[in-house]
Amino acid sequence: MAEKTIAGVNLSVSDEGYLQNPDQWTKEIAEEIAGELNIQLSDKHYEVIDFLRNQHKQGTPLTIRKVGKSGIVDIKGFYTLFPGGPLKYSSKIAGIPKPASCV
Amino acid sequence: MKKLLILGGGTAGTMMANKLRKALEREEWDITLVDKHRTHYYQPGFLFIPFGIYKREDVVKPKGDFFPPGLTIFYSNIDLIKAEENLVILEGGKVLNYDYLIIATGTQIRPDETPGLKDKLWYKNIFDFYTIEGALALRNHLKTWEGGKLVVCISELPFKCPVAPLEFVFLAEAFFTEKGIRDKVDITFVTPLPGAFTKPIATRMLSELLVDKNIKVETDFYLEHIDNDGKKLVSYDEREIEFDLLTIVPVNMGDELIARSGLGDDMNYVPTDKHTLQSKAHENIFVIGDAADLPTSKAGSVAHFAGDILFENLMNKIEGRPMTAKFDGHANCYIETGYGKGALIDFNYETEPLPGTFPLPGVGPFGLLKNTKINHYGKIIFRWIYWHILLRGKEMPIESEMTMAGKKRIPY
Ligand SMILES: Cc1cc2nc3c(=O)[nH]c(=O)nc-3n(C[C@H](O)[C@H](O)[C@H](O)COP(=O)(O)OP(=O)(O)OC[C@H]3O[C@@H](n4cnc5c(N)ncnc54)[C@H](O)[C@@H]3O)c2cc1C
Repeated sequence: MAEKTIAGVNLSVSDEGYLQNPDQWTKEIAEEIAGELNIQLSDKHYEVIDFLRNQHKQGTPLTIRKVGKSGIVDIKGFYTLFPGGPLKYSSKIAGIPKPASCV
Repeated sequence: MKKLLILGGGTAGTMMANKLRKALEREEWDITLVDKHRTHYYQPGFLFIPFGIYKREDVVKPKGDFFPPGLTIFYSNIDLIKAEENLVILEGGKVLNYDYLIIATGTQIRPDETPGLKDKLWYKNIFDFYTIEGALALRNHLKTWEGGKLVVCISELPFKCPVAPLEFVFLAEAFFTEKGIRDKVDITFVTPLPGAFTKPIATRMLSELLVDKNIKVETDFYLEHIDNDGKKLVSYDEREIEFDLLTIVPVNMGDELIARSGLGDDMNYVPTDKHTLQSKAHENIFVIGDAADLPTSKAGSVAHFAGDILFENLMNKIEGRPMTAKFDGHANCYIETGYGKGALIDFNYETEPLPGTFPLPGVGPFGLLKNTKINHYGKIIFRWIYWHILLRGKEMPIESEMTMAGKKRIPY
């Protein structure tokens, strides 16, 4: 675990930079993390981010497939929004923990 | 007469029927089990069939041999669960009512979920080894295959027995070496995960083995479709991987029954309390085995450990006590690595696989995260344990709760 100042706020983050406490998340924080990942956030990005945050709050494990079925974007579109690692990057920007992949 | 109904007579359902029939008075409790098939498959044995190590008869037995006396059995497809009315409807219309329901309908492969998979190359150049049909077809193909690009691909998460595709590449490597054609076979392991396995320390150990054996790994590859004409895998981010022979773990999903009954998530797994094993939606429904959405491996060993907990909680519930038993997600998996050796991992919800010895601290005989001959024997003996102890719901000399004794915490 580590401390990191993002958008002027001192936050505790995981070793890979995921927020420990999703309640501390703000749009400013999202913008700054997205910037580090070279992603320019659009309204579509925020729709995905809201979806992820809601699902996380309900304790639903997240998968790429689930986002693809959300009605917001299909899987291809999800890759276009967050190139390289859609679920990892979107989760990081949404201020929720790194998705626990398959176990 | 009170009624307990078990749906599915595979690993978990059979085990629960045995445990509960022993504990619940026959005069008081009717226990009924439904399964559509009469044959029980030892699924872990499917892994060995393509390489001619096991034959069909090594992995099949009649389900009936494992059911206890005093159990009512229906061999029928289950059509619907009406949870609000405590009813289950079988194909043909027979209605079964219950006081308590255990769902143990497992998970299945769904090649139809990936465009181009069940197409003209299916069972010609593309095979699965998660069904008896796939494993046997692949064995026949391998008998005369002269080499080329072998690709082993995982389509989607989660899937049952997450170490099985790795074991497959290890065994394939040894198989081609022993056949004298290893230099003609290019082996690539393709996974949607960021590494060879899910947990960091085990991934490191397994990645080293893959490098030693000259097996290539393609990570973060999320399969979109199969290009049959080009013999290529194509991912959502438009990467392509060519193959001559593709062994695939298709998308795994819970049975359609769960979807029809409105009891599942988007993969047809039943939302289940990860500690009590009670369904989140209905207090008289419990879920065990691959059918549950638990954040641990879908494996027979997990079903076994969960069985002790489910038994205790169901008895608590029936006898009016609080459900105090808590499942910790314990999984224990032998990993075949070829040449008569194997590795072993032991973990739960909280603790990732760590090195050490098992089950006795400092003694073993099994080595955790070590590649040894004795671990291979563990896997071989597992088949005997499966038929004689696990399915029959008997005690194993291993605690259901994972222990840290014998494990070493190491940095990574
Ligand atoms: C290749 C391979 C290797 C494996 N290796 C290992 C290993 O080394 N170690 C390990 O621990 N585990 C291993 N596993 C996993 C293990 O086999 C499963 O996790 C285990 O069998 C799950 O038990 P279950 O009772 O939940 O499901 P299953 O045993 O699959 O049983 C489900 C039952 O429900 C029935 N059913 C489903 N739907 C319906 C319906 N609508 N109507 C009627 N009946 C229905 C089915 O017919 C089936 O009999 C492996 C699996 C595979 C495929």
